[in-house]
Amino acid sequence: MVHARLVRFGGAMKKVQFNTRSVPYLLLLPQLSIVAIFFLWPAAEAVRSSFYLEDPFGFGATFVGFDNFIDTVTSSDYARVARFTTVFTLLVTFLSLGIALLLAVKADKVLRGASSYKTLLMWVYAVAPPVAGLIGVMMFDQHVGPMVDFFALFGWEMQIGVNYFDTGFAMTATAIWKQIPVNFIFFLSGLQGISKSVQEAASIDCRSGFRRFWTVTFPLLAPTGFFLLIINITYAMFDTFGIIDVVLKGEPGNNPVTLVYKVFLDGFRGNDLGGSSAQSVILMILVFVLTVIQFRLIERRVHYT
Amino acid sequence: MATITLDSVRKVYAGNVEAVKGVSIDIQDGEFIVLVGPSGCGKSTLLRMVAGLEDITTGEVKIGERVVNNVDPADRDIAMVFQNYALYPHMSVYNNLAYGLKNRGMAKGEIDRRVKEAARILEIGEYLDRKPRALSGGQRQRVAMGRAIVREPAAFLFDEPLSNLDAKLRVQMRVEIKRLQKSLGTTSVYVTHDQLEAMTLADRLVVLNKGNIEQIGAPIEVYDRPASTFVASFIGSPAMNLLPVSANGSGLQLEGGEGLSGPNTYGRDKYTVGIRPEHLRVVDAGSSHPDAGLSLDLVVNVLEPVGAESFVYASFAKGGPEMVIRVSNHARYQPGEKLQLIADAQDVHFFDGGNGKRI
Repeated sequence: MVHARLVRFGGAMKKVQFNTRSVPYLLLLPQLSIVAIFFLWPAAEAVRSSFYLEDPFGFGATFVGFDNFIDTVTSSDYARVARFTTVFTLLVTFLSLGIALLLAVKADKVLRGASSYKTLLMWVYAVAPPVAGLIGVMMFDQHVGPMVDFFALFGWEMQIGVNYFDTGFAMTATAIWKQIPVNFIFFLSGLQGISKSVQEAASIDCRSGFRRFWTVTFPLLAPTGFFLLIINITYAMFDTFGIIDVVLKGEPGNNPVTLVYKVFLDGFRGNDLGGSSAQSVILMILVFVLTVIQFRLIERRVHYT
Repeated sequence: MATITLDSVRKVYAGNVEAVKGVSIDIQDGEFIVLVGPSGCGKSTLLRMVAGLEDITTGEVKIGERVVNNVDPADRDIAMVFQNYALYPHMSVYNNLAYGLKNRGMAKGEIDRRVKEAARILEIGEYLDRKPRALSGGQRQRVAMGRAIVREPAAFLFDEPLSNLDAKLRVQMRVEIKRLQKSLGTTSVYVTHDQLEAMTLADRLVVLNKGNIEQIGAPIEVYDRPASTFVASFIGSPAMNLLPVSANGSGLQLEGGEGLSGPNTYGRDKYTVGIRPEHLRVVDAGSSHPDAGLSLDLVVNVLEPVGAESFVYASFAKGGPEMVIRVSNHARYQPGEKLQLIADAQDVHFFDGGNGKRI
């Protein structure tokens, strides 16, 4: 029989004390085994196979040292994909954050309509990425897509799936469109979490609404913004796989793809498991570095109140 | 420094809820006005309309000679102290004080001089580099005050600034606010629901009820001559005893109870008679007091000693409202004991039995 004692801290946090030492470990076990089975094991497997040249038909593997890594980083194709991924990630992150913040600030001002406003913008969030990609593809369809017709009015004949820039544009626009609602919801709740009287005090201290936003509202929104920045970078780099796949209709050709999509292409289309593993190891290191940078540099300037 | 004039100011919220119903007040230059009333009486709304944080539905607010109905809060030359301090959590104390001055394009040297001066007056000099979260409630309150005084505004607006402090600190800050306001001589409007705070701070009290002014006057004047039963029961602690009374020929009779020894001076059918707890005196049982304004026979329910004095709660033999009598702390009355009490004629207040207005 295990006795757990509940101690309240500030009314919010609860600390549980166990009399038996093994119980906390037992409770952690499900989570730890999920991490081990679905992350640590595949990651270790990826690291191992990145040093091998695998036979496409699974008849054996030859140890090749760092050859896979050298081949990957020296290939011009990889550099091209990396460049696109960087541009794509920056555009998706900043535009989806920026547009969502703008919408949230405007929505915050007309609080009365906010709940219906919120619901309307939430809809898109409930759409799965491949479906969003599909809707995006329909919007950008060569024959019936309204966006293609719209841009044709300005003399831009889009050729999605053929023209590199046009395809990249459609992907980026769809990815941004898909991510705005979730950012909006977080920003809006962040804005509503800012004390009304602080904003009123600011309106007495500062006439310019623009200046007030950047000196009071924005810094107080920083914890939300920081969280969203991480979420959005991760989204743009990794979660856009579905959108890209649908826009490309499984025919990558010379079209732009992200690094994650290239891992899939090389590994499962090109049957180059070693090279593909090397790429995913590079991505792992990238994520690790990004995380360190984000928490070291940015969090220091964020004010958690 | 400026006068503030409110002329028939009304506030109607969506759904036709009238929060403030045509309020007019003339506030003199340098005066300390306290708006007091129960929650929902419209006092905060009124203050926020002066600050520019609420639109004015109809009527006119003037600060100095300028009508400010459509003037931005930042341009009204007022400073406000909020109930929850409303400090900028991401700025140091120094920047909290300096923010409003910077936005007005004041020179750095002058900002520094004013911030240091305010910090000296409020004794917050050693906290200037700290963030608000590293301060105690009392210190935050001082910073909020500091943010108001560095601006050297035409008027201070206080929205229940002490209600988040503990009782001891509240008394201390109350004294400080009064001293500060007197030394700066800045016109101030102060909102509170605490009648003690209102009494001690105000040059003039404005008692509000359901969006209407019940009475305006000096605290003692309001205490001594409440304009209505509402004011009588709201100002003073414990509250004034109010007895519903009807005329009985030339005398008075407690409703549903016994006759009272008091003349029907005003010739009406129904009254509310009010007596403050300290104006009831215990006299020898059965003694005659023909000059007394009122004489009551009560039975003690409970004696409540509060230290410097004690309160006796007592009822009439035949029922009716419970009365409170302020007695010496040496009094030792037992529950069930019969008391005869009298009040002088000038201490007995008569209010109309219908609308509750003072007669």
